[in-house]
Amino acid sequence: MNADKNLEVNVHHVTRVEGHGNIYVNVKNGIIEKCEWAIPEAPRFFEAMVVGRDWTELQHITSRICGICSIGHTLASLKATEAAMGIAISDQDIKLRKLALHAENLQSHILHVGFLILPDLMGVGSVIPLASSNPAEVKTVLGLHRMANEMSNLICGRTTHPQRLIPGGFSKIPSIKDLLSLRDNLQSSIPALEVVANLVQSLAPKIPNFVRETEFIALSNPDEYALYDGKIASTDTDSAPASEYLSYTNEYIVPQSTAKWAKHSRESYMVGALARLNINYDKLSPLAKKISDMFELKPICHNPFMNSIAQLVEIVDSVADSIKLITELETTGLESQSEYNLPKVTIKAGQGVSAVEVPRGILFHDYTYDEKGVCKKANCIIPTNQNHGNIELDMKALLPQILDKTEKEIELNLEMLVRAYDPCISCSTHAVKVHFV
Amino acid sequence: MKPKVAFFDFAGCEGDQLQIANLEEEILDLLGQVEVVSFREVMKEHSDDYDIAFIEGSCTRLQDEERLKQIRKNASIVVAIGSCATIGGINSLKNYQNLDDVKKTVYGDKANLFDTYPARPIDAVIPVDAYVHGCPMTKDEFLHVVKSLLLGKKPEIPNYPVCVECKKNENVCAFERGEFCVGPVTRAGCNSCCVNEGTKCWGCRGMVDNPNENSQKEVLVKYGLSVDDAIGKFKLYFGWQGKKK
Repeated sequence: MNADKNLEVNVHHVTRVEGHGNIYVNVKNGIIEKCEWAIPEAPRFFEAMVVGRDWTELQHITSRICGICSIGHTLASLKATEAAMGIAISDQDIKLRKLALHAENLQSHILHVGFLILPDLMGVGSVIPLASSNPAEVKTVLGLHRMANEMSNLICGRTTHPQRLIPGGFSKIPSIKDLLSLRDNLQSSIPALEVVANLVQSLAPKIPNFVRETEFIALSNPDEYALYDGKIASTDTDSAPASEYLSYTNEYIVPQSTAKWAKHSRESYMVGALARLNINYDKLSPLAKKISDMFELKPICHNPFMNSIAQLVEIVDSVADSIKLITELETTGLESQSEYNLPKVTIKAGQGVSAVEVPRGILFHDYTYDEKGVCKKANCIIPTNQNHGNIELDMKALLPQILDKTEKEIELNLEMLVRAYDPCISCSTHAVKVHFV
Repeated sequence: MKPKVAFFDFAGCEGDQLQIANLEEEILDLLGQVEVVSFREVMKEHSDDYDIAFIEGSCTRLQDEERLKQIRKNASIVVAIGSCATIGGINSLKNYQNLDDVKKTVYGDKANLFDTYPARPIDAVIPVDAYVHGCPMTKDEFLHVVKSLLLGKKPEIPNYPVCVECKKNENVCAFERGEFCVGPVTRAGCNSCCVNEGTKCWGCRGMVDNPNENSQKEVLVKYGLSVDDAIGKFKLYFGWQGKKK
């Protein structure tokens, strides 16, 4: 049927994704000659930038890898520094850090599902026309996004590039009164979330039914739906501590990309909300499982387009878990700390590795410090980097299945595939491993 | 007719464009005043017909200069948003490294395929008409600059140090707490947001036009700090500005 099909798709800078990525497709007489996912983003060399910098600055610098996941980068950075120097963190601070991570997950997922994915499902080019055609829905999404940002602000002191998160704890913490009022807001956001879930469900038939078996990698923790901490787990193999991350990521260079790619037990693997859900489904809150059931999303789901639905499930789970965390803090009481708190730290030479689940998947930071606390070597492996190989292999599997569609539809389907991964390309291109001599 | 606006990004984290999404309900008011014709992060459509161009990120390679020059040709007003675009920002930290070595260790024998040069602000490549400083820029200052431009006025940006705002906020001075703060030479306009959150000023808005070097030296002497301490801290954000002076 497609034997005489000729097609050339060149999507220069895919839209509604963070950063710059290109899609190149070339089909001659029904035969696919080229199907490529290319990253032309300007590399930024963060691992080089932190070398020679003081241990108190690392989280400030690496936060700038990504505006959208700045809280996640900050936390991964702090955890790596704390691991290197053996700095202990109080239970209260861990709970507050988990709230910070939930705030970012909420903010990022709401932005992605509400502003970047909905337009595809509703057949428009952006959220802007939806503001006049579906004002109620857009206002609901904006309200949820605002709540998530207010939460970041309350915990981290800012919405982007947090200030209060420092090695050893927090420079400043919210009052219990503010936390309880945040809990009220979270509680009352649940009906709005149900509205969004119903809207997405009504559009669910537009989600492509595409399946390609792959490996999923995410953190896993016996006590909770792992985000802040856990072991590296895979749907293919055994789990391992974060310190063994290099045996999972196995980065390599491809010529069409300024970002490195990764593979583990197969040619590629996937990280992100779908990977987390596939690995940690049992740990989801009942409320989140209700959303998952609405879309018949169960492990192990091999349709990458369902990543956006997994994000929707995680939004609800983050709300439920945040409510739980605040209630725990209410029960134990919030221990006060001094103004301009600066935790006492004994500076030590050493290496520290951390793993944190950030909106787009598992993130690793690995630092080596000298005895003065000056960074000698750094390596950061970013979620989107780990997904690039999987994106291209998905494209190669999807293209033959949609060759009978029009050129415009093919282009849209490939773009939707990329967008489903919620790629964060400015993150991933800095992520080049640099070894200094 | 509503002025047409476009958004562009170069080497940066896109945290400044994110602040526009963070305007939340106010976005709808803004959309009543301007027509967005290009914004890759949020829309599929693109047009080269625009009046105001907002640019985020630094220029870090020769091949990007052409794109910047084209934007300058198309737009009547160019606005740099965020530290990377206004002062070179954190990207200029890499300017202290040997770029050839960095490239070779990263890309091996393919190093020549990849172009990189010292990170620089947008106005090192094309003339810029207005600046929204900060890492990230604040939404309030962004709205202030946009409103001024729409009214045909030059936006007023403070040219005094962060200390002025910090004192007004009654913060305990970071130097008094044993921290090194670059507030004395950094451009205000952030309401000393980082010190208010219990830390110190890192310098993300860049140096004021005429930093008071003597007063900075006095601070160093008073707290027993060396010029090397100061230079180390200045490198974080002032890499490009410092080189120029």
